[in-house]
Amino acid sequence: MSTQDFDALKLSNAQIAWRAAQDIADGTYVNLGIGFPEMVARYQPPGRQTIFHTENGILDFGEPPAEGEEDWDLINAGKRAVTLKPGAAFFHHADSFAMVRGGHLDVAILGAYQVAETGDLANWRIGSKGVPAVGGAMDLVHGARQVFVITEHVTKDGKPKLVERCSFPLTGVACVTRVYTSHAVIDIVEGRFVLREMRPGLAFDTLQAMTGAALHRDGPVTDLLAPALYSPLA
Amino acid sequence: MDKQVASAAEAVAGIGDGATVMIGGFGGSGAPIELIHALIDKGPKGLTVINNNAGNGRIGIAAMIDAGLVKKMICSFPRSSDPRAFTDRYLAGEIELELVPQGTLAERIRAGGAGIPAFYTPTGFGTELAEGKVIAEFDGRSYVQERWLKADFALIKAHLGDRHGNLTYNKAARNFNPLMCTAAETTIVQVSEIVPLGGIDPEHVVTPGIFVDRVVEIADPAQEEVLIRAGAVYA
Repeated sequence: MSTQDFDALKLSNAQIAWRAAQDIADGTYVNLGIGFPEMVARYQPPGRQTIFHTENGILDFGEPPAEGEEDWDLINAGKRAVTLKPGAAFFHHADSFAMVRGGHLDVAILGAYQVAETGDLANWRIGSKGVPAVGGAMDLVHGARQVFVITEHVTKDGKPKLVERCSFPLTGVACVTRVYTSHAVIDIVEGRFVLREMRPGLAFDTLQAMTGAALHRDGPVTDLLAPALYSPLA
Repeated sequence: MDKQVASAAEAVAGIGDGATVMIGGFGGSGAPIELIHALIDKGPKGLTVINNNAGNGRIGIAAMIDAGLVKKMICSFPRSSDPRAFTDRYLAGEIELELVPQGTLAERIRAGGAGIPAFYTPTGFGTELAEGKVIAEFDGRSYVQERWLKADFALIKAHLGDRHGNLTYNKAARNFNPLMCTAAETTIVQVSEIVPLGGIDPEHVVTPGIFVDRVVEIADPAQEEVLIRAGAVYA
């Protein structure tokens, strides 16, 4: 299969976010990383309630307000204006990170430059140039009961993002539990990538060739499906 | 007991060259703009500034950097919609950066205010930000030792205050402000309104006055994000 054919089978970012959202159970507390992971909030299955946490001190925030209605003291970690849902709470930064580090969050969903089969994550800087900035990423990867990564399966120039060992600076060691890519859903179990779902029409050998570490099959591998979605951010 | 002072200029009195200054806020929310600008007018040099970020646009902390007040930033995320002030000086080697994960920054300040000289956190283990730090294993997991963080002064934005220094905050403008109140030798607070004693229900006090030294009323304070969007410059 050519790179073009591999590319043609991929899910859009919105579809990756949708697929991850299906695994967030009712009644959970969830932190979504800045940017792409924020899309997951849009695709919550009906009938399930999730309370979203933002590091800067809000539980249970909702959609952005209409333009012109922003209150800039009511923002998320990405510094975007948000609204509150009934039952929301404010707290200071030490309490906020007690929620993170203390194991009180059920799920954190983050983007990635690279994920290693060991569960190591690299998502905060690519090289040593420029101004380094880490924010809350290193805290978020420790403490949430499950750490999901959503990502393209390969880089823009076709290099694997799922690797044996990360070559970029680490955000955390052995912290990722599940990866949702444009082509597959993969669990990290005892230092191995275990394939759970892959795109229909994709051959295992092709997926393996696009992955920088061994893919294991410990049980059934099902089709990775997502509805057609329109997203202005996709 | 009366901690009120009459003006922002009076509030920042005594902040001299080489001081370490915590400044509350997360991005534009909770940033004490009037106190920062009063400090720029006073003009101390060689400051170490502790904040989550490293300034935005040409106001607030960015204006402090532009005015050459800042020798070192201790922060988690020195980026913003317009980070030129910090970025230019950093890339020119004119300003130091101590980069700290956000939760570790919060806990170091909390520890400083609580008299806890060091603590262990899983955050940063195995990363370049833990290089050179003491590592210890507890119950089979590795943790990084982090030291407390204290300051000579804290500049804080709160909502309501009374003359004892009891404070409330506005929404997510709370962020680092209550922590920084506890961790500075002299804590200086601007509030939107000073209310009479008893005007804040004791059940609703977020920062008890024991952590506060000076309170100045700045009615209708500037909001950093609003200034940024208006392209404001402080010079």
